[in-house]
Amino acid sequence: MPSTRDIRRRIKSVKNTAQITKAMQMVASAKMRKAQQAALAGRPYAALMNKVLAHATAGAGDFTHELLEHRPVKKRAVILISTDKGLCGALNTNLLREAAKFDKESTVFICAGKKAGQWAARTKRTIAAEFSYKDNPQFGEARAISKFAQEMFIKGEVDEVIVLYTNFISTLTQKPEARPMLPIIEIKGVQSGIHGDSEKVALEQSSVDYLFEPSAAEVLGELLPRALNFEVYQFLLEAKASEHSSRMVAMKNATDNAKQLIKSLTLEYNKLRQANITKELLEITTAQMAMG
Amino acid sequence: MANTLKLEIVTPDAVTYSDSVEMVTLPGVEGEMGVYPQHVPLMTQIAPGEIVVRKGGQEQLLAVGEGFVEITGESVSILTDMAIAADNIDEAKVEEARKRAEARLAEKVTAEEEAAVRASLANAVAQLNVKRRQRR
Repeated sequence: MPSTRDIRRRIKSVKNTAQITKAMQMVASAKMRKAQQAALAGRPYAALMNKVLAHATAGAGDFTHELLEHRPVKKRAVILISTDKGLCGALNTNLLREAAKFDKESTVFICAGKKAGQWAARTKRTIAAEFSYKDNPQFGEARAISKFAQEMFIKGEVDEVIVLYTNFISTLTQKPEARPMLPIIEIKGVQSGIHGDSEKVALEQSSVDYLFEPSAAEVLGELLPRALNFEVYQFLLEAKASEHSSRMVAMKNATDNAKQLIKSLTLEYNKLRQANITKELLEITTAQMAMG
Repeated sequence: MANTLKLEIVTPDAVTYSDSVEMVTLPGVEGEMGVYPQHVPLMTQIAPGEIVVRKGGQEQLLAVGEGFVEITGESVSILTDMAIAADNIDEAKVEEARKRAEARLAEKVTAEEEAAVRASLANAVAQLNVKRRQRR
């Protein structure tokens, strides 16, 4: 049976924990709002970019670009976008479970975020590169990742590039998703993914032949890498929005649990205290009666 | 037969413009071009400069950064890294940004950084030009 002092000590420690999780929840919710806004604001641009891209690649005639090249897939690269810190619920666990499904031998990982790097090192996967990105992802950071992947693809080191990230659906739901990034022709499946089925671009309707100015090679040569850079950027934004949402929810749960615990501990403490008083009273009256 | 164009200007931050218009003038990389409805499908790049939108006989000016344009018979979609309506341009702020970019260029910077600074410089100059033109 714990003494009243033990219980008091426990209540104090739980209170401290609750205070910390509460503070983290506040911070996360402020960051979450910003990150969600950024992710949502980028979506129309991403959608239009994908539409233009789909039209452009379909309407470009016999033009080919090295980023459009289809090869039998012998080796693939996975860009794994995780968080830097933990304490965000099951987010990373779910993401890394998906990552573990890729074949160990034929897959190299390009890690973004500390957790991804740690996981890849722990499970002895091949790591091609590790990148970091800030709390508010910068376009430059996305460009670095995307450039690296494009170079690997063009050099023929890999035949396919997939991005694995956590798609932000709502504050309560985030889902790990794998999206093909290279070769680019696959991109046509992507736009429907990020932005829901409503914006699915039917390829048939875009069978218009476009004129290109100055030339197809020049326009596409600029458009393709830029679209990819932006795509990665959007993925980073989505991942960040997911991270903060998930952390906010996790911390809210932790705070609620701590409060619950404090409640039941306080009840127990009061009961014990009362029992002690009753016991003492009994002792006094018994002693008095014995003396009297 | 459609006699309006659906104009959409989208930046990474927001959808800046989305409306039906009668005509739009774009700063193409190979010179300015006007687009009327029933234009032949065209895919092109634009340089930092100004977009003139004509709607209901009224003209509206916007400053844009570099980007891509997809033109079909009934729509114009513009993807750019910057788009600001002339009325929303804060001249003092932009002038300051231009000075900062120029100062930055005078220093030694990496090629990557230089490209980024040059782009923001071009954006600032485009905004200033639009503002001056609006006043005239």
